[in-house]
Amino acid sequence: MDRIPILKMGPYLLVSIQVDMHDRLAMQLQDDLTSRIAATGSRAVLIDISSLDTVDSFMGRMLGNIAAMSRVLDAETVLVGMQPAVAITLVELGMTLPGVRTALSVEKGMEMLAASLRDAGGHG
Amino acid sequence: MATATNRLSALIRQHQKELLADWTSQQMQSVARRRDLISDVDLRRESDEFLQAFTAALESGDSDKPTGPAWDRLHEQVSGMSISRARQGFSPTETATFVFSLKQPIFELINRTFTSADDLARETWTATTAIDRLGLVITEHYQRGREEVIRRQQQSMLELSTPVVTLWKGILALPLIGTLDSERTQIVMESLLQRIVESGASIAILDITGVPTVDTLVAQHLLKTVAAARLMGADCIISGIRPQIAQTIVHLGVDLNSVLTKATVADAFAVALQRTGLTVTPVGQGAVRSSASPAPEA
Repeated sequence: MDRIPILKMGPYLLVSIQVDMHDRLAMQLQDDLTSRIAATGSRAVLIDISSLDTVDSFMGRMLGNIAAMSRVLDAETVLVGMQPAVAITLVELGMTLPGVRTALSVEKGMEMLAASLRDAGGHG
Repeated sequence: MATATNRLSALIRQHQKELLADWTSQQMQSVARRRDLISDVDLRRESDEFLQAFTAALESGDSDKPTGPAWDRLHEQVSGMSISRARQGFSPTETATFVFSLKQPIFELINRTFTSADDLARETWTATTAIDRLGLVITEHYQRGREEVIRRQQQSMLELSTPVVTLWKGILALPLIGTLDSERTQIVMESLLQRIVESGASIAILDITGVPTVDTLVAQHLLKTVAAARLMGADCIISGIRPQIAQTIVHLGVDLNSVLTKATVADAFAVALQRTGLTVTPVGQGAVRSSASPAPEA
């Protein structure tokens, strides 16, 4: 896989990470996502990691960065579907990803984003 | 030395019946006889089995290097016996005394058979070292048996003390009882996260009423659990903070600002209901029933 696909679903951008992200892939995703947010003016991004069994500190940092970059572009990011083992690993690594919103499933994530879009009075 | 063992084993083999008879009658008459724990019939049988295995082992080779199938069988038999005796309620001393008590009839047999001082000394030495070694095997197996019991009890205590209960749809409660060390925190985190996935809960109440002391380490463990739950989209509320604990937390400089804390589970539950858009309203005669109201934008 040479780039991670980004799907547009109405006001939402959906990114499903299903492979281990190495440097180049992560950089590519950052580029692609920021361009896409800018191009579509989307204000809600869902990053689905339910397929990931393991997440290392690099991946953890990447996810934190992506969320931060999106926020700078005025888009809310929600990380969905983290597996219990992954959550424990990240916490043990000391990566609690503060400032990154999380949800159990894509559905819940969308509800959260819909609520915050409504609050912000944006095009929800 | 190999010859000595063989000589001794030949002697024992030759006089096995009378040796067994002497030994069992000495045991029956001994003041240490525990008739309440083992019957005469069982004691006779055990003594017979032991003597058979002991003789076979001695015959198989050098008692200084007790290896080989016959010695293994003897050790197996001895350890099996020490475990069952421990279960019956014998102390390890009593079990080892059983083996050591074989020395007297053997020494008497040696005394009757040999006359030269050298022979007496050599046979006695061989017999005594072989039996001493078995006594140690018994004690060691007893130790291991007790350690196994302790380990199993620890395991079940760990499992018993980390239940996760569902208070309401989407609201979990975790009553923590006892000290929160890193091993328990691991188990707590795993059970909590698993339940979050299974129930789709969005709020978890960690109740620490049953945690006797909260120091910086315990606080760290709590915060780790909160962080892990949060990564899975569930918010945590810590309840059961006794006034004493609140003081300790401030004195230690522990920072719990990232998580909501309440004094009682009831308070925490009220907040949880509010967050999930539920409210509890009285119905007529003071009975209480909860009703769902549309989720406020909060």
